[in-house]
Amino acid sequence: MHELSIVSSVLDQLDELKKQHEGAVFSKVGLRVGELAGVDVDCLRFGFEAVVKDTHWERLALEIEQVPRRQRCPACSEEFRAENWATTCPKCGETETVVVAGQELEIAYVEVEE
Amino acid sequence: MSQIVVEKKVLNENQKIALELREKFRAHKILVINIVSSPGSGKTTLLEQTLERMDKSKRVALLTGDLQTENDARRLAQWGFPVKQIITGGTCHLDAKMIERHLADWPLENIDVLIIENVGNLVCPTGYDLGEHFKIVMLSVTEGEDKPLKYPSIFVKSELMILSKVDLLPYVPFDAEVAKSNARMVHPGIEIIETSNKGDGMEQWMKWLEEKLAAVKSGELISI
Repeated sequence: MHELSIVSSVLDQLDELKKQHEGAVFSKVGLRVGELAGVDVDCLRFGFEAVVKDTHWERLALEIEQVPRRQRCPACSEEFRAENWATTCPKCGETETVVVAGQELEIAYVEVEE
Repeated sequence: MSQIVVEKKVLNENQKIALELREKFRAHKILVINIVSSPGSGKTTLLEQTLERMDKSKRVALLTGDLQTENDARRLAQWGFPVKQIITGGTCHLDAKMIERHLADWPLENIDVLIIENVGNLVCPTGYDLGEHFKIVMLSVTEGEDKPLKYPSIFVKSELMILSKVDLLPYVPFDAEVAKSNARMVHPGIEIIETSNKGDGMEQWMKWLEEKLAAVKSGELISI
């Protein structure tokens, strides 16, 4: 359960960002969370609600984009969605494929009220 | 409504410190490993066995993380290598700042291998880079064979899986082949060593450490 520290890290960065955009009202933050990021999205939402309550971020909405795991085959360069741990290359059968997406834990954007 | 593109890692601050640590480790040619497992998989036991066998000319230092107590540091101190306990006070993982703080008064030029024993937890330590070369995940045969499938992230990020307590295999309903194949399904290419506190696999594990250390010393292994 480290979702609370993740929420704090997000809000710390937004506080910094706010200094560069004086007077702007941030209405929404968009996060990108890979399925291999080790983050439970429901916990993150719950933690976010709990942390922003009664603070200057109370009106900030949260949007989460979940990124599925994708692998690339070093043998034939095929890129594919690895569903249910099927990491073997569907094209050439190579077993040692590498992760190319799904480990993200990023702040993608913030929306600003006009 | 307008949008500001941010595109930053959430754990940016941790990442920055981890990069600084990595730079220091590289300058002093220190091999750094970060051991992660559930509580009770045998991290401290593995380390005791490692220190017992470690060539005394190798300068090993240990940081061991727990929510409370200094018990692990006490267990590990008897082998004469420097050990520090990091008490997280309830936090479920170690972060780069804790490592930086606890290393502050240790002369890095006197360390060849730094072993970090993370807090017992298969989820939270995953996302926190500590500047290590390798994460190592441990799974014991008294757990479930499906742990790699339930907690895939840490298995994906680990170079090596240590399957511990294999001396108990005759007494537990645990299929080692299934566990290994689950780990390989989640992370094709993960190395696997089977160990027990009776000494099984220790030769292989010590050789793994020796090889990685030699590669760090020769400059062949650089972590980025």
